[in-house]
Amino acid sequence: MSTIQTSGTEEVHPDVALVERARGGDVSAFEKLVRQYDRQVFRIANHITQNREDAEDVVQDAFLKAYQKLDQFQGNSKFYTWLVRIAVNESLMRLRKRRTGKMVSIDEDVQTDEGSMPRDLADWSPDPESLYGQSEMAEILRKTVQGLPPGFRTVFVLRDVEGLSTEETADALGLSIPAVKSRLLRARLQLRERLTKYFRANKDGGK
Amino acid sequence: MTCTEFLAQLDDLLDEQATTRLRADLQEHLRGCEHCVITLNTTRKTIEIYRSHEIYELPDGVRERLEKAILAKCRKC
Repeated sequence: MSTIQTSGTEEVHPDVALVERARGGDVSAFEKLVRQYDRQVFRIANHITQNREDAEDVVQDAFLKAYQKLDQFQGNSKFYTWLVRIAVNESLMRLRKRRTGKMVSIDEDVQTDEGSMPRDLADWSPDPESLYGQSEMAEILRKTVQGLPPGFRTVFVLRDVEGLSTEETADALGLSIPAVKSRLLRARLQLRERLTKYFRANKDGGK
Repeated sequence: MTCTEFLAQLDDLLDEQATTRLRADLQEHLRGCEHCVITLNTTRKTIEIYRSHEIYELPDGVRERLEKAILAKCRKC
């Protein structure tokens, strides 16, 4: 039987075997990893760069870099978390280029107190999603998340959209757990506040 | 518990990480604070909406092109 086991009964993530084969030059094993994670990497990159072309470039560069650096992957974290770290760095680099050299980092704009306390306390319509069509809703969500500082929206997308744990997010971003938690809370509160203008209850005509 | 103290623990409540004791304190605050009830519910809905809508879709054609380009470069490594 060809199962992989570490000491004890700890289960080994299936990516580990694919990474091992890819390290040995098996490109088809790496292809499986690409197909498994390219959509997620694209979403993350698009959230950070806010530019579709840049996000496509990030997908290519992140996977290529991961392939070239497979020997450096220690296996202390999941392959996906390691890949996300590479993709986040590539995305921030692209964002910096777009802003013609203006410094962009995961720490940018996080000192602001905005979003610490909710100001708009209006309740939402019971079914806010029924107020808008699918594409209109997507546009509202894009526009709203775009308004967050990169350091906030990156934490939000990893934790709440992609479902990484707080620990995995901290690992992927090189942040402490308290820093991830504080950014996540402020990102969530800011998004909530900004969405209220679209979703508030008893709005004239529903919009 | 003040509203500021409640907000500081909001994530633990949303992520179901609150201890039984903390949860009880938070529920107690919610019973007397309509503003925090609204903040909790709408923040929860914010997360749900972002989770359930694909706002950056990777079309199949683009995906295929990217995969081909990545693997071609890997083969040259």
